[in-house]
Amino acid sequence: MSEKRNVYLDYSATTPTKPEVVETMIPYFTEKFGNPSAIYTIGANAKDAIDDARAKIAELINADPREIIFTSGGTESDNWAIIGTARKLQKKGKHIITTKIEHHAVLHSCAELEKEGFDVTYLNVDHDGIVDLDELKAAIRPDTILITVMMVNNEMGAVQPIAEIGKIAKEHNIVFHSDTVQALGNVPIDVKELGVDMISMSSHKIYGPKGIGAIYIRRGYNLPEYIYGGAQENKKRAGTENVPGIVGFGKAAELARINFDAHVKHVSELRDHFVKRVLAEIPHTYYNGSREHRHPGNANITFEYVEGESILLYLDAKGISTSSGSACSSKSLQPSHVLTAMGIPVVLIHGSIRFTFGDPTTMEDVDYAVDSLKEIIARLREITSMNVDLS
Amino acid sequence: MGMYNDKVVEHFMHPHNVGEIDGASGVGVYGSPVCGDMMQMSIKVNDEGVITDAKFKTYGCGSAIASSSIATDMIIGKTCEEALKITNEDVIKELGGLPSVKIHCSILSEQSIKAAIYDYAQKNGLEFEGLKDFDPNADEDEAESCEVPEA
Repeated sequence: MSEKRNVYLDYSATTPTKPEVVETMIPYFTEKFGNPSAIYTIGANAKDAIDDARAKIAELINADPREIIFTSGGTESDNWAIIGTARKLQKKGKHIITTKIEHHAVLHSCAELEKEGFDVTYLNVDHDGIVDLDELKAAIRPDTILITVMMVNNEMGAVQPIAEIGKIAKEHNIVFHSDTVQALGNVPIDVKELGVDMISMSSHKIYGPKGIGAIYIRRGYNLPEYIYGGAQENKKRAGTENVPGIVGFGKAAELARINFDAHVKHVSELRDHFVKRVLAEIPHTYYNGSREHRHPGNANITFEYVEGESILLYLDAKGISTSSGSACSSKSLQPSHVLTAMGIPVVLIHGSIRFTFGDPTTMEDVDYAVDSLKEIIARLREITSMNVDLS
Repeated sequence: MGMYNDKVVEHFMHPHNVGEIDGASGVGVYGSPVCGDMMQMSIKVNDEGVITDAKFKTYGCGSAIASSSIATDMIIGKTCEEALKITNEDVIKELGGLPSVKIHCSILSEQSIKAAIYDYAQKNGLEFEGLKDFDPNADEDEAESCEVPEA
């Protein structure tokens, strides 16, 4: 075993802000602090910086800059898209279609709407974690007003057939939103090809700062304002803009676009090496989720006979940061709803760990993580009370 | 390490008395893998009714392992009657506290002690005051729902 090192393998939770991103942000805290709504020069300069960032985000997803509205992050974008659309269209119908594997920002928005009398259909996923388009078609009703399906799942990385869903939504004249927080910078997003009306984005998943995100709203779709109090963001989202955050997000989006191919190649090579070694060298391990349609930097692995939280703690002691689908590591004490929806038995969910790789990750980090895991899993299997036959 | 104190961390990183006792006087299992934790406790009891050795095996989170480890420390040297008086609060106190969402892990060790002594009592035709309310199948009911007691 090599020397202890700090290895962060939770890039789907958040990413470090890239130094060149931080550098572009700093002047907007100090000498370029002006309020973008003001007409004097330092105000106008801040406004220009926002427009520049907006253009960079638009370019990353092939949108028009006027279709990008900044928000506080993915959660706000999801809440706004779903609740805003539902309330706007409730006279037309009160049925919404989503999936069982969405982020809680979507699921809890839907739960809130259910309290208001909306009816929500939660689509199943197959064992690979992917929705069935026939089930979606069958779920559509005359009163269906919104379909919301995430593009890439945050836990096991499955990529959903968003373009196909976009076609179906269009055929039925139903508004279509996609949470693309995990997709941005990791799988190609072209809003025109996807046929989406709205997508949610977050800066801190693509090496930008936290507390800033955006929503794409297709021109021609009128999402009512959600936060009241001013004319900012084309009268769609009130409140003085988070200028340093927006500038940072813009720079991160620009880097994500320029580095896209290199990023995908780098993280997928690390991920594939990791998965290959873990499955070959640690017995009774399972790879969860689609191999074919998957986030390039995501590995979700079940270690049978051991419980996820204890794995996380032993990994943490080795300097390795990851997250788990185990009930015991969540505050709610509920096992992962995503892995449950995939039909994975609860006992195996308790032993599932998500490893997500990023630009700063090295092959040495990956090998250290695998070597540490071998030792940790063997040790926890000595302690476990489950009958383990490792022969 | 985040939400755990140093003593808890020490007990789950370096648990005491891991394993099974050859020729144990009693073995008890409590919990369910479906609920995320299951503990096996084996004890050696001498002719005076004193627990001379205890070992555990636990499937579960960090606090389940730590609670198991400290429970074995706590019962070695005690008589069965004394060991049966140990409550989950005693286990928590000995660990210097557990996060509120992890309180149920300490119940696992209390019940496993009872399950091991129950097995010893059954094998030897003994009765203990401390076992009169013990239901050896309680965890099977629990497994259906995995209900977590309110902290």
